[in-house]
Amino acid sequence: MTSSEKHAVARDTARVMNRSDLTRRLVAKLKRNEAVIGGIGNTNFDLWASGQRPQNFYMLGSMGLAIPLALGVATAQPQRHVVALEGDGSLLMQLGTLGTVAMRAPKNLLMIVWDNGVYQITGSQKTLTSHGVDLVAMARAAGLANSAWARDEAHFDALLEDALAGHGPAFIAARTDEAKPAGTTERDPVKIRMRFMEGIAV
Amino acid sequence: MSVQSPVKTWAEMILQVLKDNEIRLVTYVPDNVLRPLIDALHADPYFTVICPAREEEAVGIVAGAYMAGMRGITLMQTSGFATLPNALASLVRPYQFPLVMVISERGTLGDFQLGQAVVCRTMRPVLTSLNIEHFAIERLDDVEFVADRMIKQAFTTQEPAAIILSPLLTKKSNTSH
Repeated sequence: MTSSEKHAVARDTARVMNRSDLTRRLVAKLKRNEAVIGGIGNTNFDLWASGQRPQNFYMLGSMGLAIPLALGVATAQPQRHVVALEGDGSLLMQLGTLGTVAMRAPKNLLMIVWDNGVYQITGSQKTLTSHGVDLVAMARAAGLANSAWARDEAHFDALLEDALAGHGPAFIAARTDEAKPAGTTERDPVKIRMRFMEGIAV
Repeated sequence: MSVQSPVKTWAEMILQVLKDNEIRLVTYVPDNVLRPLIDALHADPYFTVICPAREEEAVGIVAGAYMAGMRGITLMQTSGFATLPNALASLVRPYQFPLVMVISERGTLGDFQLGQAVVCRTMRPVLTSLNIEHFAIERLDDVEFVADRMIKQAFTTQEPAAIILSPLLTKKSNTSH
């Protein structure tokens, strides 16, 4: 896949996929104890439902901070790959972090955004991406050249493999449907943190 | 006649305290009062220094690094602290992160901006309502003791802490530089 093919997909032409399915596709590709930070709401609910890896961190509040947390992990452990999962509404709240990641340019950081165009958990009010905001274009403009829309599931898998091979920082956006998450995260913050710290201890 | 070594500045003292406590990561959103510390941190290869767009990011980065085994600290001014209550209440407090904040106190003792003055008066009530340990350093003599003890307490008790730098320390003559 050439760089131009990888980046050719526009939001309008990207297939609307299922967040739970895509999350499981991601987890299936994690073979090296990669750390995963799941953003607030349905994003981390689906991560939880995909299997409770000790290397997963479930962010129950602090909307918009999944990428900064992942950047912190990636900075402290440059040998470990780190994945941040965010929703479109969450990223819209903290767009400056795209520039912060571009400035640091960690090769071991992958950001994935599920863009369903709505604040699904609060009643599906439209987010700005339903009104034309293109998060991949914003990521590129922030300096993240390796940013792409996933055309379909196979393309999503290919983008993942490329990013997890160390070609970061990488940014993948996928359009997703409004299906409910496949589970609900157990809400014990200290247990979540301690399990994650043990899971990524070096 | 003995030669006296020049008195260290508050910024030099804090930098040394950070090293003594193995704090290698510093995130900040800038402030003119903090400038000597920020400049010294950037100039010292011991530290990884990150200036993100917002204080919330600065908190998130330090929290993530802590979980991955790297100690950090975050610097801001009073108005920056005022952007943080949600992150403190929904991330730092429930997950028990030992987040250490250094806050330069603006808006009091001669500030000329009403906005700074009003936001300053929210700082201690917010810290108190979140039950966050805080102490304002006013004298150069106290910098090393207070900063070192507050950092150690934060990391040993898994609790956040706010080290406030009063204008009495940073602005009053003979102690600022």
